Amino acid sequence: MSAAISSGQGRAAARLGLFLLLLPAILWLGLLVVLPHVEMAILSFSQRIRAGVYGFGFGNYLEFLTEPLYWRTFGRTAIMSILVTLITLVISFPVALYIAKVARGATKPILFLMCLIPFWASELVRTLGWMMLLRETGVASYLMQLAGLTYGPVELLYNDGAVILGLVYGGMLFMIVPLANALESLDDSQVEAGYDLGGSGFTVLRRIIIPHAMPGIVAGSIVVFMLSVGNFVTPVLLGGKNGLWFTEQIYAQFITRFNWPQGAAFGFMLLLLSTLIVWAGLRLTGQGFSETLRRS
Amino acid sequence: MTEPADLALEQVTKVFAGHRAVDGVNFAVRRGEFFSILGPSGCGKTTLMRMIAGFEMPSSGEISIRGQSMLGVPSNRRPVNMVFQNLALFPMMNVGENVAYGLACQGVGRAEREARAVRILERVGLPGYEERQVTQLSGGQRQRVAIARCLVLEPTLLLLDEPLGALDLKLREHMKLELKQLQGAFNTTFIYITHDQSEALVMSDRVAVMNKGCFEQIGSPRELYHHPATNFVAGFVGDANAWDVTPNPSLGPGLGVTLVSGADLRAHGRIGAVGHAYLRPEAIALAARIEELSGLPNRFHGKVSAVLFDGAASNLVIEAEGFAPHIRATLPQAGALAGVEVGARLAFGFSAEAVKVFPA
Repeated sequence: MSAAISSGQGRAAARLGLFLLLLPAILWLGLLVVLPHVEMAILSFSQRIRAGVYGFGFGNYLEFLTEPLYWRTFGRTAIMSILVTLITLVISFPVALYIAKVARGATKPILFLMCLIPFWASELVRTLGWMMLLRETGVASYLMQLAGLTYGPVELLYNDGAVILGLVYGGMLFMIVPLANALESLDDSQVEAGYDLGGSGFTVLRRIIIPHAMPGIVAGSIVVFMLSVGNFVTPVLLGGKNGLWFTEQIYAQFITRFNWPQGAAFGFMLLLLSTLIVWAGLRLTGQGFSETLRRS
Repeated sequence: MTEPADLALEQVTKVFAGHRAVDGVNFAVRRGEFFSILGPSGCGKTTLMRMIAGFEMPSSGEISIRGQSMLGVPSNRRPVNMVFQNLALFPMMNVGENVAYGLACQGVGRAEREARAVRILERVGLPGYEERQVTQLSGGQRQRVAIARCLVLEPTLLLLDEPLGALDLKLREHMKLELKQLQGAFNTTFIYITHDQSEALVMSDRVAVMNKGCFEQIGSPRELYHHPATNFVAGFVGDANAWDVTPNPSLGPGLGVTLVSGADLRAHGRIGAVGHAYLRPEAIALAARIEELSGLPNRFHGKVSAVLFDGAASNLVIEAEGFAPHIRATLPQAGALAGVEVGARLAFGFSAEAVKVFPA
């Protein structure tokens, strides 16, 4: 009898212990993620009826659909982010392959470190660095004039190319790490077997290396896409007035126009957009989300 | 002129950072032969095989297949396929896709590819396994898929790099027979690399014994076992008592040697100032009394100090004067001495030919 009671008490104590261990995570999720989102959701459906009076309505979302500037910016952000993700993938794949399969001994950690070092400076500083390189009086323009490629100074900033460059640069580390991890586990003899059975380099890449690296490709792509879609500093500084990134619209609603309900609605549209594209990407590549998380 | 050998190597050498991993190897393999390369780990046999497969290029020498030089030919253009030590099946493909992979690389159409994969899987004893995932197969089945994946391409040569190493003992014994049967059924030339002498001796038509980058001897399993050409082969192939010896001409006629531990033996072979003598445990005759061994030139008394029971391969450890630390003889499984126990006194003897002597 008393044993049963004490074991019951023991179980209650264990449950309390577990609860206390989980508490920081629960608080973090609840107070900083769930609660603000609920608040934002409510806010996004409140619509101004007359000065100082707000009521429930879909006006903010209708505004998004009827004003071409908003949904065009929205579409542009999505397409450019997908482009950034693809370019990052194409550039990072050989780098990751080299780090995972070719580099030996001390070279490997050194290469990883070289990918990491730019992240010791803040994103703002890194982006300002690109501005110094790309602006009309900058290093790239100067070198091009020196080489006789152009006669006058060239403005390389404030166009889509500069925005993509900045975003690809910022995303590469987040692509290289999961890719290199995935490729590391590829057995060399599988690649050799691929050649031995008559495969060309392209066949081996397409049928053996890429399928093996798929979880890494998906994980890296999700991260890079999310970072690009939600980026603010890079499109504003490198794109200037031509940046037209959707985050700028959210910023403008919240800060410049002080229209919080509209900003909240935009925020939810962005969340919906990125969720949809990630879902579509997973479906397209035939990868499960939970499996991707497990393997990356 | 006779038809060219399926594989011929001439003076093939591979140098890694000053170390000669393979040093001047010559051999030729006939069509349909089961040829093994046997050697301890680190002897260069894997490097040699990788050069035949095309993953490494020889530093010097010539490799030719059916008379065609393979120097500068990449592995995907060679009529050679390899079964890897870990099999290297592609886990992202099912069994049928694994087998059809090589055909797809050759540009064979889908329908024919699938038909040929089905046929080859039947021939290796895996009918209807096309849709299975590689991870669902047992060790022996994976082995057969790896072989089918190569044989479907009808290669001139099939290279096997210790493919039985990962299997348990029972399955390994079974696969030895099966590999030999497959080789007979397909009549493909097999080149088999192993450090396990039993695999090499059981399956091969000919075996090359490799040591420190060189071939010590090439011959049939019987030749290697009964007539080893070198010190290394005598010690490596099969089980043997091994002693350091010096010549003792007073024992003549024929070769006489004295063990470092003192026993005088009539022996067979060549010797310099010092040498090594090898005596197989099964070449030793045992008797209760020494008179029964009168036909043998080497006769001694001894005492059984241990019985190492291992079924048919059981050994007796015998302590005898002049033999240090001891001498091992095969445990008789029938006859008067079948039930011999530790402590028993007995006589043992062997012919002069059974003692193989090589210069040190």
